[in-house]
Amino acid sequence: MSLVGESSAWKIAFSEEQAQLLEVAAAFCREKSPIEKVRALMTEEKGFDKSLWDEIASLGWLGVAAPESYGGSGLSLAEAIVLAEPMGRRLFASPFFTTTLAAQMLIRAGTETQKKRWLPKICEGTIATLALHEPHGDWDLTNITARAEEREGGLRLVGEKRFVLDAAAAEMILVSVLHKDAPACVIVEKAALPKAALSRETVIDETKRSYRLKLDGITADCQSLLSAEKMTDALHHVHLAAILLLSAEMCGGLSGALDLTVEYLNTRRQFDRFIGSYQALKHPTVDMLTGWDMARSHLYYAASLFGKMAAADDAEAAVRMAKASASDAFAFGSDRCIQFHGGMGFTYECDAQLYRRRALWGEYMHGDSAWHRARLADILLK
Amino acid sequence: MAVDKEELQEFQKEVKAWFDANAPKDPGFLLPQSFMEVGTDKQFHFLRDWQREVYEAGYLGMAWPEDYGGGGKPQPFQDIVNREMAKRSLPFMVNIIGLSWAGPLILNMGTEAQKRAYIKNILSAEDIWCQGFSEPDHGSDLANAQLRAKKTGDHYLLNGSKIWTTLAHVAKYMILLARTDSQTNTKYEGLSFFLAPMDAPGIEIAPIRKLTGEYGFNQVFFADSPLPADCLMGEEGEGWMVAVKTLQFERGAEGGQAGGTSMVRTSVGEVVALARTVKRGGRPAIEDAHIRDQLVRFLMEEKGMRLNGARAKIKPLASERPGSLLMSVKLLESEFQRRLGAFALSLQGMNAAYYMGDPEAADRGRWQRGLFNAFSATIGGGTSEIQKNIIGERVLGLPKS
Repeated sequence: MSLVGESSAWKIAFSEEQAQLLEVAAAFCREKSPIEKVRALMTEEKGFDKSLWDEIASLGWLGVAAPESYGGSGLSLAEAIVLAEPMGRRLFASPFFTTTLAAQMLIRAGTETQKKRWLPKICEGTIATLALHEPHGDWDLTNITARAEEREGGLRLVGEKRFVLDAAAAEMILVSVLHKDAPACVIVEKAALPKAALSRETVIDETKRSYRLKLDGITADCQSLLSAEKMTDALHHVHLAAILLLSAEMCGGLSGALDLTVEYLNTRRQFDRFIGSYQALKHPTVDMLTGWDMARSHLYYAASLFGKMAAADDAEAAVRMAKASASDAFAFGSDRCIQFHGGMGFTYECDAQLYRRRALWGEYMHGDSAWHRARLADILLK
Repeated sequence: MAVDKEELQEFQKEVKAWFDANAPKDPGFLLPQSFMEVGTDKQFHFLRDWQREVYEAGYLGMAWPEDYGGGGKPQPFQDIVNREMAKRSLPFMVNIIGLSWAGPLILNMGTEAQKRAYIKNILSAEDIWCQGFSEPDHGSDLANAQLRAKKTGDHYLLNGSKIWTTLAHVAKYMILLARTDSQTNTKYEGLSFFLAPMDAPGIEIAPIRKLTGEYGFNQVFFADSPLPADCLMGEEGEGWMVAVKTLQFERGAEGGQAGGTSMVRTSVGEVVALARTVKRGGRPAIEDAHIRDQLVRFLMEEKGMRLNGARAKIKPLASERPGSLLMSVKLLESEFQRRLGAFALSLQGMNAAYYMGDPEAADRGRWQRGLFNAFSATIGGGTSEIQKNIIGERVLGLPKS
């Protein structure tokens, strides 16, 4: 029997830098993203506050996981996690997730020229995104039907991409395609997008900005292809990085839903008692808490293993566990958050729905918990 | 005390070698999996001998003071032994109430005389300890204890009853919570805490048959049983504080335990192994997609609980909602074991309906017994429901139920 993880001794590594970043990010998001602001941004087309984005960039948050030689701070994705968790807690709207992931893709598979051109800009605040998903809705990022065909010395893209986040604000989009029948990735700059290429999608989480991208009519030169031989590895890496970031965002979101629930249970009275004194409400709220604790422990363990090549199987298992754990716990917590608000919970005005929507968003991006458990079974139950 | 890393590594090698050579062989009968399940004399003697052997090898109470029979070493040495015992699923330390609750309490707040009188024999299992907390009418409501201790001269006279008293039938001493004053404003006042000898006149022990059909618990009756006044622990009337301290040791919220394991936990790995041997539709159960999904869920939970322990040690990651990680250990572990037990039975198909004693029962029926016994932890030491009240009120700040 092979049980992955026995070797890693169940230790969570957490650095002084991470501790400081976590503290700063928690304070920043609490202050800059109160719920009124979240709601106001939801109704705006752009969906995020550009001045806050610039602040984030000047704090160096967009380059924490980028090498110093490209303008980053040379830390790792584990540092991005401590930023993503408080952002999730305050439903902070920004293209942080997509830009961080795009940088990961470039770091992993970009040519030297591409890295030099784009990474320093991204670290300074240029928004970048990825177009990895397709109409078939498959979570397997290697299931690609969009194509890049060679034509007149350049590339002509064919097909359609879905759930391209923050695309309208992005200076560049990394588009996964088949090129010569193999997975590839093309850098498409904003200027190369035909007028109607992007159309906004209506998605369940209204704090998110998501777009359909029609590839037909887009051309690019051959230098815009990322390194072909690194593509399979890079797609796998980006997938795992995405679920790690989503896990952080969901752990934070669950914490926010828990705060909201506890506050209501401590102020709402029925039958002359605070409703939090009823065990029918108190006990599931404790289940929310223990679910949050578990998910968070999985998260920080996964973060400390992430990117360690020596423990590739362990790290993959840990990251998938973090995602499955966080999405189940957040699903339960945000569901009970609505229920425990009673009639109020059924209204648009009540913030509980914001967390439920965020939970569903996180659950269905990059694989739900059952899908990850099936992958885990292949790793753990060989 | 600074600990040398190399010294620890050397020590770990030594410990592994000792357990390789000295781990007990299969005794030929089903051993209990926790101290709450010791039902027969042969089980008890086997376990007591095993604890003595571990102590005499120097692997128990390693961090307790040398003056009282301990090893006088830094805690990491004992931690290495504990991990090794757990990893090998070795039989647990039968005198765990002494090792983990009464002993640390005596070392923490006992008199010099008490330390000299009790500590060494706790470690060697010469004196077995039991705990007199629960009463027939007051299970989870510990502070409502009604057993009377009336002071008469240099003695207290005990009248009343304690229940669910594990090991009482073999115990020499009991840590006892009794009421010395019933005219108080709150139930928390008027309680006193004693280190009571079990051979006093007027004490009767009635074994309780458990849901498994076995024995292991007792009800203890006190009828005008005299207790010397110097058995008092702490001040008269301040027993609640001592009881709370004891619970902190019991629940692992405070360190200082002698070490050793208190139970043999069922690991998911064992259930995975079971799933490889039992069949579904002619194929190993482990090939079934639904069973695989369930197994992964359990593996995730098992890992999550260990990672909770790891995270609790990292201050910046445990400062939000403080206490949550430590206070939920018992709740999570015990409920997990109960569900895992039920799942292990479900893997066996129709054969799950066999029971201990039938030659066809898988692993001598340990899974069936394990499922029933799992309730001892979800009920004992404060039921899961009470735990949820406590966590909800203390960690989340919810109003009292």
